[in-house]
Amino acid sequence: MSLSLDDVKRIAHLARIRVSAEEVGQTRDRLNGIFELIAEMQAVDTTGVAPMAHARDVFQRLRPDVVTEPDRRAAYQAIAPQTENGLYLVPKVIE
Amino acid sequence: MAHSTLKQLADLLATGKTSSVELSQDYLGRITRQNPGLNAFITVDAERTLAEARAADAVRAAGQAGPLTGVPIAHKDIFCAEGWLTTCGSKMLHNFVSPYDAHVISQFKAAGMPTLGKTNMDEFAMGSSNETSFYGPVKNPWDTARVPGGSSGGSAACVAAGLAPAATGTDTGGSIRQPAALCGITGLKPTYGVVSRYGMIAFASSLDQAGPMAQTAEDCGLLLNVMAGFDPRDSTSLEREKEDYARDLAEPHDLIKPLAGLRIGLPKEFFGAGLTGDTAKAVQDAIAQFKSSALPRSKSACPTPGLSVAAYYVIAPAEASSNLSRFDGVRYGYRTHDYADLTDMYEKTRAEGFGAEVKRRILIGTYVLSHGYYDAYYIQAQKLRRLIAQDFAEAYKHCDVILGPTAPTTAFKLGEKADDPVQMYLSDIYTIAVNLAGLPGMSLPCGFDALGLPIGLQLIGDYFSEARMLNVAHQYQLATDWHLQLSPIMRMETEYKALDALLSVPEAGKKGTMV
Amino acid sequence: MNWETVIGLEVHTQLTTKSKIFSGASTAFGAEPNTITRAHLEEDAGKSLHEDFAGMTGIDLNRAGTPLLEIVSEPDMRSAKEAVAYAKALHTLVTWIGTCDGNMQEGSFRCDANVSVRRPGEPLGTRREIKNLNSFRFLEQAINYEVRWQIEQIEDGHKIQQATVLFDPDTGETRMMRTKEDAHDYRYFPDPDLLPVKLEEDWIEQIRSTMPELPGAMCERFQRDYGLSVYDAAGLTSQREAAAFFTDTLALAGEANAKLVANWVQGELSASLNREEKSIAEAPIAPAQLAGLIKRIADGTLSNKLAKQVFEVMWTEGGEVDAIIEAKGLKQMSDSGEVERIIDEVLAANAKSVEEFRAGKEKAFNALVGQVMKATKGKANPSQVNELLKNKLG
Repeated sequence: MSLSLDDVKRIAHLARIRVSAEEVGQTRDRLNGIFELIAEMQAVDTTGVAPMAHARDVFQRLRPDVVTEPDRRAAYQAIAPQTENGLYLVPKVIE
Repeated sequence: MAHSTLKQLADLLATGKTSSVELSQDYLGRITRQNPGLNAFITVDAERTLAEARAADAVRAAGQAGPLTGVPIAHKDIFCAEGWLTTCGSKMLHNFVSPYDAHVISQFKAAGMPTLGKTNMDEFAMGSSNETSFYGPVKNPWDTARVPGGSSGGSAACVAAGLAPAATGTDTGGSIRQPAALCGITGLKPTYGVVSRYGMIAFASSLDQAGPMAQTAEDCGLLLNVMAGFDPRDSTSLEREKEDYARDLAEPHDLIKPLAGLRIGLPKEFFGAGLTGDTAKAVQDAIAQFKSSALPRSKSACPTPGLSVAAYYVIAPAEASSNLSRFDGVRYGYRTHDYADLTDMYEKTRAEGFGAEVKRRILIGTYVLSHGYYDAYYIQAQKLRRLIAQDFAEAYKHCDVILGPTAPTTAFKLGEKADDPVQMYLSDIYTIAVNLAGLPGMSLPCGFDALGLPIGLQLIGDYFSEARMLNVAHQYQLATDWHLQLSPIMRMETEYKALDALLSVPEAGKKGTMV
Repeated sequence: MNWETVIGLEVHTQLTTKSKIFSGASTAFGAEPNTITRAHLEEDAGKSLHEDFAGMTGIDLNRAGTPLLEIVSEPDMRSAKEAVAYAKALHTLVTWIGTCDGNMQEGSFRCDANVSVRRPGEPLGTRREIKNLNSFRFLEQAINYEVRWQIEQIEDGHKIQQATVLFDPDTGETRMMRTKEDAHDYRYFPDPDLLPVKLEEDWIEQIRSTMPELPGAMCERFQRDYGLSVYDAAGLTSQREAAAFFTDTLALAGEANAKLVANWVQGELSASLNREEKSIAEAPIAPAQLAGLIKRIADGTLSNKLAKQVFEVMWTEGGEVDAIIEAKGLKQMSDSGEVERIIDEVLAANAKSVEEFRAGKEKAFNALVGQVMKATKGKANPSQVNELLKNKLG
């Protein structure tokens, strides 16, 4: 398997990372090198093996429905790039 | 005092021979002198440290000191600490002053241990040499032309240089053990779930685990006692009885053969082609040392290291691509300056805020999770993960600990692998399987190569066998002195201290501390 | 040409928890449902506010993390009316079992409608999703607009593009929010921080045992056991509080009076609540008071007209039925001696009417009844007056 330049551009857009025209070639080469390393895995027959998301079989703990966290909105918003009236500001989403 | 262990410092504090303020000033002085050369710290804030030290001294004066009250410690910059700049080694968080404490940080606060500073690291813990840090590479105190390993390279280097008696680290694929090996210190990655991940900036949530880095196994045990514990804010934190990880340290079952009965597993896969001569020899010598005091080695099979690396470089980037989607320039951290619309803002913020390695991993993760590739990559990697965990489970039917090398080579030169991600990834070839299986693993010094660079022995235990592992490591350290060797920087500091004592004529009632 | 509308609904019901789904932070801030295909838990992602913040959009994250249950239907509905009926039934259900407060204005219950049109018998058309409809009226208006728009587009030779649209209540139109070109690029994987939830059988059983009787079953039972009409039974079970008010009142008033209780809950009580825009939980009259009133109607103490007056007093001033009757003198006259005495007086004073009646004028009789009722200030039982009067004139 080998990624094309268009593949790299598409993935970069999905990941919301701008890759400039100059960078895209080198990025592709590096990624292809890594995918060669990963390709070793395809040789293993895993028929009948259940995928494992966690090293141990752990389950979600349930908790009582009580409020335990204080309101820290001001502290959290103090470190945001741009806020107003308790809202986080971003470029206009809809015209 | 530069090479004092936590145990020794705790004794000095308990007997009133020094104070937390004095100790902290001492270490801050070393940081001032040596950090410009090593770049082990991203943030140092002497006022904050000394305020915490004064508080610790007050606690001791009030008769409420715990075992480590007043002993200062450095924290990897991956841990959110209230009021401290917390960068995770990234431009993305270059301005992030955390509004809260990670669970690990609050545990150390509760234990009365002042923070000496935040240590440098590979960006978002992605790297094995500390060269991916936005704040520049850390230098290895044994040879400043070489890397300290990564991603907890700043923590390993500051302990090896005597700039902190101990430090915290995190280990997703070897990030505690590999730098510990390359810097000649002792590091422990606990069983997944033993230490809370709350407030520890996430890289790959099913693999990340925090642990202690110090000069000795004994110190690691004392630190794990502070760090471990159930925390409801981490969904994977384990609800287990509190245990004393240092309880078995000095437990010689037999004085002549202190490790009698210990069954050691030696997987042949760990002694393959990539292992260089000196490392192979030092590890074999260490094993011989064990054999004289333990059961003959039992054969055991371990997962092929290469396959672990392959599975890891699917699973870890997949999880990272999800975890790092939170860095979008909206709620905290870096935001690009010029943008046309929201998508443009996201794409530029992330292009400018993340370094090359982080971007590569996000792209890999995005790809392996995308439509049409998910089964071939992500699901296949998860199936391999089960096979790896099963291999270990089989091995532990026949042995108590597995021994092998921590890293295939000693510290390599700065820049040597920086342009070759695949070669860099292979530095973690012996450590990665442990994370995939969620097992505890340690690295401890076991020798030096021809250049005088430290070599690490890896010790892998079964789930929750940390106390036993620490016992094995401690007994090894009682019988060897590899861990007592001083790096050139630490030697310089020790001599400096002696010189300092010689030159300064303490005034009456005032202790001579040079900052 | 014939067009068939196809609608599927995704309803987000905000769960009535105090804390958020993955943290202990507070959630406080400022057709028939058998077409359900699946329901899943999700967290509120927050919302965008597009008022002017110097040309920027404001993101409100106060509600981020609030747990929602999204209930997704099959594309089984064929009209806006059917979709509204389904949404209403679902609203009843989730508020009934108490998992959602149902407050649509605050967005606790909101609908996304997937709308497409096709020729009958053809495969499904391309759908557009109308987001965040927060009233049944808007749901109906939006679907009807969207259906007309889609038909027009197709008849004009255009193709429908899969998209997400918003409904503007001011213009009554839907408008494009974003196309869904990237839909197949969504990436899903088992989040390692979100572990599988293991539902133990005994926990499920425990919850099952504490589940209230559901509205459908209760509606049937009301008809079967109390002989209520479908209309009454359905009305009473459209809201759990109303059903509870009914059953509580009935328990005190006696099952024989079921029809009467149903009439009063559905009639006078409901009308008064509507008039004052109150919910049944805020009603100033308790089931015990209403039951007392019903009993006095049943035993003939109160005529329907007097009962309404008593109800009025209960509503505004409070108090028990008997005390109100006493204090206001609203008791129906059942003492036949007293009524006869008044009838005698009326007959004596209205000799002309008596004559006319005897001459065969039926209307004169009604006039006499009216006079008696007037003289008793309405407290006489009209049928008793009729009977006594007939006897006297007979």
